[in-house]
Amino acid sequence: MEMFREIMGRVSGYIYPNEIEINWSILIVVYPYLTGLVAGAFILASLVKVFNVKELQPTYRLSLLTALSFLLIAPFPLLLHLAWPMRSFEIFLTPNLTSAMAMFGFVYAWYLMGVLLLEVWFEFRRDLVVLARETKGVLRFVYRLLSLFSSDISEAALAFDRKAIRFITIIGIPSAFLLHGYVGFIFGSIKANPWWSSVLMPIVFLMSAIVSGIAMVVLLYMIITATRNETIDMKCLDKIVTFLFYAVIVDFSLEFLDFIHRLYESEESIQILGQLIALRLFQNLVILQVLMGMLVPLAILVVVELRRFNDDMRKLLYFISVILIQLGIFSTRWNVVIGGQLFSKSLRGLMTYKMEITGLEGLLTALVLLILPFVILTVLVRILPIRRLDQQALPPG
Amino acid sequence: MDRRRFLKGAVLFLPACGLLSTAAQQALAAAQAKNAAAGEADTGLGDYKPGDHWYGMGVEIDKCIGCNRCVEACKAENDVPRDMFHFRTWVERYKIRHDGEASVECISTQQGKEATPEADQDVVRTFFVPKLCNQCAHPPCTQVCPVGATFPTEDGVVLVDKERCIGCRYCIQACPYGARYLNPLTRTADKCTFCYHRLVKGLVPACVEVCPTQARVFGDLKSKASRLVRFERMNHISVLKPALNTVPKVYYAQLDGEVR
Ligand code: SF4
Ligand code: SF4
Repeated sequence: MEMFREIMGRVSGYIYPNEIEINWSILIVVYPYLTGLVAGAFILASLVKVFNVKELQPTYRLSLLTALSFLLIAPFPLLLHLAWPMRSFEIFLTPNLTSAMAMFGFVYAWYLMGVLLLEVWFEFRRDLVVLARETKGVLRFVYRLLSLFSSDISEAALAFDRKAIRFITIIGIPSAFLLHGYVGFIFGSIKANPWWSSVLMPIVFLMSAIVSGIAMVVLLYMIITATRNETIDMKCLDKIVTFLFYAVIVDFSLEFLDFIHRLYESEESIQILGQLIALRLFQNLVILQVLMGMLVPLAILVVVELRRFNDDMRKLLYFISVILIQLGIFSTRWNVVIGGQLFSKSLRGLMTYKMEITGLEGLLTALVLLILPFVILTVLVRILPIRRLDQQALPPG
Repeated sequence: MDRRRFLKGAVLFLPACGLLSTAAQQALAAAQAKNAAAGEADTGLGDYKPGDHWYGMGVEIDKCIGCNRCVEACKAENDVPRDMFHFRTWVERYKIRHDGEASVECISTQQGKEATPEADQDVVRTFFVPKLCNQCAHPPCTQVCPVGATFPTEDGVVLVDKERCIGCRYCIQACPYGARYLNPLTRTADKCTFCYHRLVKGLVPACVEVCPTQARVFGDLKSKASRLVRFERMNHISVLKPALNTVPKVYYAQLDGEVR
């Protein structure tokens, strides 16, 4: 009874009795966040190969490896959140074709094996062969294994690699769009939930994914060059940030449009959604997501465009904005996933989400899942050269 | 050309996996169909034929006295956890004030019961609304289940297969009526089944059986003689959240517009 009172104390208004539990926890917040980073980083990489944006070459491999590291961890939040994780393979054995979530499994598998792993392999094959020749012992075996024991680095073979990469990227772009569009669809197609149910959801997810992915690569690029004592290629950095700038603007306009549209339509649910924003999400939505995560970085980037700052100043400002943007995108995911469960489907009451700290679906697990991709990435950039071996002697730029 | 071979391998691998699993599934389905054909006894249903029925429930708001007996009966019949957060069916009390404002509380949990006598003075009307899974004819919950663990039966009842449910809770999100919950004992999605185990024996659901005022009416819409068909003819019928096009099969008589 005590517990009951305590829990009821977190409810205001009327909710259906079964709604007392918040069913999708912080892990489901982490999940679209990670997948978004994958799609964004991959799309950044594709700009180099498909649209021939030469300036971005220095971050091409980093983007690929970033996408890979995050993709490897992306399904784990979902898996850990299942009440029966060991049955998850059922999605592949007995898929329900009308379920967005079931289809996501296929999109994911296709993207990982059919696109990303293949592209990474073709991109690094030559260097792996060379490294295998130059190193000794265990590492040599590792390199040979990674190159799948191929050894042909004749010009013809390399030409084939290049062709393959181009081909894969062209397939890869729609796949990346699909991957993250689908995550948006998982939420957007739930008509029972007026906070989620919106046709714009997949597109908003996709754009915010692109934003977060690009911002993450910028962040990693700056950190990696700093720790390695290399110089940053400012031309490249400026160019990426320009793309980032446009992406943020599109993302912002879409979200704004969605907001205005709801307000204007003013459906039955508008009242409770208004309360949701005012009483439960004000800090996360208005302050963190919109102000700190979008308007402030946007303002910084505008200022950078208008004023000719020197390299160091630009670096500093870029650094601040990409961190703010990450924060903003994470809040976006939070506000969608958790926010969507904080009001009752009776449209008469609000709940509160009390995050566990240590449980399987708690904060600590979420943090581990957020850190793991960086660990994988650290290992990857240790053993794989992020600058092409034959170009490494050249000065940057 | 090791690389080419690898590429070919990779390209063939994925579709091959898909084909294999489809083939395996079809073999399984064929085997099951054979079993089913081999004898009615295998289905465990005796001479009950699901295809001959189409079940629904009627609720007569004016008759419900909020005694909560149905809720108790349901919990006992279906092993619903005996706490205050898990219900296959529950009863709400609506109070309509002079200005038309409605306030709601759930008398099954006693939640929201803060009304002072003064506040009650303004009440012009109050009534009870039993709620349960609406056994939708277009159920969004089965649409979203990634593994097909929740499914509609031929006789119009939506069920959950405990053995297959992975506990993703997508169906809980998709149900507009808050009818589903994750059963903490089985760790699978759970909800009202119209007491399916009783239906196949020709009995009515437990809640219908215990209702002292017969506010709940159970019946087969395919049978002209059923009480439900008569109930529908005699009353002005509405369903909950019709705009969502879930096509509920729990029919309310004398339902107030405030109820959702
Ligand atoms: S009321 Fe909810 S649980 Fe029941 S069939 Fe409809 S959507 Fe599914
Ligand atoms: S919780 Fe179970 S029944 Fe519900 S959607 Fe997930 S797998 Fe299907």
